[in-house]
Amino acid sequence: MIRFRRRADLPFDHDATAAFLPAMIAMMVFLATLALSGALVLDNLLSRWNRDIKGTLTVQVLPAESDPSSKLTRERVEKAVRILEETPGVTQVRPLSAQELAALIEPWLGDSGLVADLPLPRLIDVTISEDSPPSLEGLAARLKKAVPGASVDDHRIWLARVVRLADGLEMLAKAVMVLVTLAAAAAVVFATRAGLSIHRQSIEILHLVGARDGYIGRQYALRALTLGGGGAAAGFALAAPVLLGLGAMAKTLEGGLLAEIGLSPAHWAILAAVPVAAALLAMASAFLTVLGTLSRML
Amino acid sequence: MKPERPLPGRRAPVESAIVRLENVGLRYGQGNEILRDISMVLEAGSFRFLTGDSGAGKSSLLSLMYLARRPSRGRIEMFGIDATRMSHAMLPRVRRRIGVVFQDFRLLDHLTTLDNVALPLRVAGVKESEIARHVPELLHWVGLGETMKAKPPELSGGEKQRIAIARAVINRPDLLLADEPTGNVDDRIAQRLMHLFIELNRLGTTVVIATHNEPLIRRFGFPRLHLEGGGLVTLGPMEAEP
Repeated sequence: MIRFRRRADLPFDHDATAAFLPAMIAMMVFLATLALSGALVLDNLLSRWNRDIKGTLTVQVLPAESDPSSKLTRERVEKAVRILEETPGVTQVRPLSAQELAALIEPWLGDSGLVADLPLPRLIDVTISEDSPPSLEGLAARLKKAVPGASVDDHRIWLARVVRLADGLEMLAKAVMVLVTLAAAAAVVFATRAGLSIHRQSIEILHLVGARDGYIGRQYALRALTLGGGGAAAGFALAAPVLLGLGAMAKTLEGGLLAEIGLSPAHWAILAAVPVAAALLAMASAFLTVLGTLSRML
Repeated sequence: MKPERPLPGRRAPVESAIVRLENVGLRYGQGNEILRDISMVLEAGSFRFLTGDSGAGKSSLLSLMYLARRPSRGRIEMFGIDATRMSHAMLPRVRRRIGVVFQDFRLLDHLTTLDNVALPLRVAGVKESEIARHVPELLHWVGLGETMKAKPPELSGGEKQRIAIARAVINRPDLLLADEPTGNVDDRIAQRLMHLFIELNRLGTTVVIATHNEPLIRRFGFPRLHLEGGGLVTLGPMEAEP
C-alpha cells in the first residue's frame, strides 16, 4: 500500500516568514522572561518587606547618662510603652528584657560578662494592626518629644519608601510583560497576513476544492505553533543563563534587606510557562487572523 | 485497466435542476458586461458542451457556477440554493459537490501527484486509508500510475491536465465543470478522458465541458450551450462529419 506523507497543503517551506517569526518570538520571550523574573523577585521582596512593615516595628530608647542604677532609663522605657499603648493602631507592646538584648549582640561580642556592663539601648517590640497601622512618622515625632532618646527604628520608615518604589518597579515589569505580549501577537498577525498574501492562489485552490476556513486556519496555526515554539524555546534558553548569572551576583548581596533575592524552583516553573504561553499565543493569533482574513474572501 | 471501484461513494442529487441562472450579468470592475442576461437550467444528469469563441466568456460563466465570483446582476441557484446570497460558511459544503478542471490546471506545485488528487478528499475529512485506496486506482486509470510521487513542475502539460481531471472527479461530484480538459493531451488520451466523463455522467454527475475541440464535440454529440456576444443560446448536438 502506498503511504501518504501528511504535510501542509500550503507551500510554507519557501515562506520568508519562516525566519522572521521565530526570531521575533525568541526576542519577545527573552524580554518577557526577564521582565517576569523581575516582577517575581520584586513581588517576593515586597511581600517580605510588607510583612515586616505591617507586622511589627521596634522602638529604641537610649540609656540615660549618669544613671548607674538604670532607674531613669527604666522610667523612660515605661513612658514610651504607655505612649505606644495609647496609640491607635498599636496592638501589642513588649519591652525586651536585658537577657534578650544581650542575646541579640552576643554573636558579635561573645558570651562574656562584658555585655551586661555595656550601656545598651533598650528595645521595645511593637505589634501594629495590618488593617489600620499608625503613621510611623507621627509616632516617631511624638515619642521623640515625650521621651528623651527615644526613636522608632527608622529603617522601617525608609523601607516603606523602598516598598513604594518597588511597587512601581513591579508595575513597570508587568507593563513590559503586557507590551511584549501585544508585540508578539502583532508580529504573528503581521507574519500570518503576509503568509496569506503570499499563498493567496493556493488558498483559492483549497477554497475551490471545498476547504473550510478552519482547515486552512489550522495549517497556519500548526505552523505558527512550530515556528513560535522553536523561537520561544530559543528565547528562554538565552534568558535562563542571564537569570542564573544575575542570581549568582545577587547571592553576594544577600543578607538583611536583600535576603531571598534569587528565584525559587516555583519561580522557575512559572518562568518555564512563558515559552509555552508564547507558542500557544502564536498559534491562537495565527488561527484567528486566518479566520478573520478569509471570512472576507469569496 | 478499469478500477473495480474507482471513486468513493457519492450522494444522489435530489434536485432536478442542478444549476439555474436567471438574467445573469457579469462585468469586471467598471468595464462592459461580458455576460448579459444569461438564463439557463442544467438538469440533473445532463451532459453539455459549452462552446464559443475565445473571449466569449466561457471561463467566466464556469467561474460563476463553481462559485469563484458572484454575478453583477441576476440570480444563480446551485442545487436549489440561492448562490447569490449564500453565506461564506455555506460555500465549502456546496463547492464539495462541484468538481472543476481549470484550463491552467491550478495544481499545488509543492505537492506530489498523489497529494494533489487527494486534496478534495482531505479537505472533506475522508480517512487516509480510504484516500490511499482510491487515489492510486484513479491515477492508474488516467495513465499517471508511474508519476504518483512526481510534483507538477516535473510533469508535462498533458500529465498536469490529467492530474487536474483526477482531482476534479475523485470525490464523484454532482456537477463537473471542465474548462478545455482535453486541450493538452493527444487524441487517445482525450478519448479516454471523455469516456471517464461519460462514465461519471452515467453514474449521475451533471457535466459541462467548455471546449474548442470541434471533432470531439461532433464525435460525442452532446447538446451545446453556445456563448456569443455575451448571450447564451442552447443548441442541439453538432452533427457528426460524414
